[in-house]
Amino acid sequence: MAGVPVDHEEHEVDGKRRRFLTAAATVVGGTGAAMAAVPFVMALQPSERARAEGGPIEVEIDQIEPGQMIRAMWQGKPAWVVRRTPEMLKALEGHDEELRDPDSTEPNQPPYATNRYRSIKPEYLILIGICTHLGCSPLYMPKGQSGEMGAGWQGGFFCPCHGSRFDLAGRVVKGVPAPSNLVVPRHRYLSEGRVLVGSDEADAGEADVGAGA
Amino acid sequence: MSGALARLGRWVDDRFPLSKLWNEHAAQYYAPKNFNFWYYFGSLALFVLMIQLISGIWLTMSYKPDAGLAFGSLEGIMRDVEWGWLIRYLHSTGASAFFIVVYLHMFRAFLYGSYKKPRELLWIIGMLIYFVLMAEAFFGYLLPWGQMSYWGAQVITSLFGAIPVIGEDLALWIRGDYVVSDVTLNRFYSYHVIAVPLVLIGLVVAHIMALHEVGSNNPDGIEIKYHKDPQGRPLDGIPFHPYYTVKDVVGMVVFLIPFALVVFFAPELGGWFLEHNNFEPANPIKTPEHIAPLWYLTPYYAILRAIPDKLLGVLAMGVSIFIFFLVPWLDRSPVKSIRYRGPLYRTALAIFAISFVALGYLGTQSPTEILTWLARIFSISYFAFFFLMPFYTRWDKDKPVPERVTSK
Repeated sequence: MAGVPVDHEEHEVDGKRRRFLTAAATVVGGTGAAMAAVPFVMALQPSERARAEGGPIEVEIDQIEPGQMIRAMWQGKPAWVVRRTPEMLKALEGHDEELRDPDSTEPNQPPYATNRYRSIKPEYLILIGICTHLGCSPLYMPKGQSGEMGAGWQGGFFCPCHGSRFDLAGRVVKGVPAPSNLVVPRHRYLSEGRVLVGSDEADAGEADVGAGA
Repeated sequence: MSGALARLGRWVDDRFPLSKLWNEHAAQYYAPKNFNFWYYFGSLALFVLMIQLISGIWLTMSYKPDAGLAFGSLEGIMRDVEWGWLIRYLHSTGASAFFIVVYLHMFRAFLYGSYKKPRELLWIIGMLIYFVLMAEAFFGYLLPWGQMSYWGAQVITSLFGAIPVIGEDLALWIRGDYVVSDVTLNRFYSYHVIAVPLVLIGLVVAHIMALHEVGSNNPDGIEIKYHKDPQGRPLDGIPFHPYYTVKDVVGMVVFLIPFALVVFFAPELGGWFLEHNNFEPANPIKTPEHIAPLWYLTPYYAILRAIPDKLLGVLAMGVSIFIFFLVPWLDRSPVKSIRYRGPLYRTALAIFAISFVALGYLGTQSPTEILTWLARIFSISYFAFFFLMPFYTRWDKDKPVPERVTSK
């Protein structure tokens, strides 16, 4: 091309073509940038390690005194086991109108715990100890040792963060910030005194491996 | 000697706009001559930002972002690192001081209408700074890995769970785990020490550029550029340097007195600057009996708690922060400064200031029934200030505004 004079003035700008090329380059480049963002966004998801550590845990329950609650840890969350006395079970009746979801219609429990007691065995209540409002861990407040809860308190759970209340089946009371009942995790009994939290009959067998680890 | 320096200056100026920048932003930037007490807080905010950046850089040298080591490494900074206690208390006191200064800076804008045309974008950039600052404070608060750090982060990340459909997955994505954990601590560390500060510094530069483009407002709320001398300099303006640089240095010295008193004698300030529960290591099994964020976030926290519905509560809290962005368009008054505004705006601003402080106090207290009702009442007056603004600012009996600035 040497020696050929280039006259910039002569060439007219094809505006339409230029706009098309700009738009095409923007779309292609933008798509590329969006694709390149995928690894960065996905890197923030729970890692394989975090997922693996979310496996089921075994809890010994035969040492629990009647009326007592124990805490275990599952997926980094508190898992509670409350051994309810007959009086406590009786106190679950007769206040349905004060509850937001007395019949546990929302899927906050597995089908086999969708009953009045929200458990497989009425005596043992197994719950995730995380408030359905904003993730605090409510306090266990049995009847009698909880003066600040008011005279009519039949025992249950109270969230200190935002004042949500739950009864002894983890059912939420009306007029508090928590929208739904406390979550009952999937669980099954390995024997009379041992329960596996985080796994049930549906995946018995494969999930058992390493459960005790 | 001075000849050599002048030659060096010229050499630089031929290659980089050094004198140009200095003149545009200091020596020949004309600011109104009637600035008062309320005009200290902009430069003080910049000063506190410097304190935070420097103390923060030094803290990262001894801090370990690991759930097993974080709490202990902080104790190491307090006891083992030479002067570590001072650097840590500068940083923790600086965080609260930052918000005190920024809240007073924002209140100044409400006093003198500094968000009104042509400063809408200046205000919006400022609000973005405020928003980013809250994020920065929140990420930083997890790092000591105490009980309040842990449960505060658990509550705030769970806020996203209230969003319908995608909420739970979003909260999981933010935490990177089923609950706040080591993973969360690590990424919050990354946000706190690099990602958010970069954004913050960028926004601060944009804020100053926007300010110097439109010029500073003043306590009379009138534009000084309408009256200029034959050289084009505003008659009511004085060069920022040396007049206001000197004034601001005085402000910094005065500011440092209470700041140093807190750092040396009361770094916890009775639990207001460093919460007592945070001297206990994080325990994912047990929520403390009483949990509240630090004071600068409690007004919004009180609004969140006042509403007995998860989604509506989170929504109200979001609106209570976002609504600030709309203020330039909600205010329909032709007058900027409170000096020439009528009784309606003055009353509204007083009620708003009381509501904000009251909500801030209520947010630190346990939610009893009476306090929850009080929080509801103050939430209503908080929102009324904004939602009724188009009406009372229009109906107000404003006074005549002078042509030139007054000096009181």
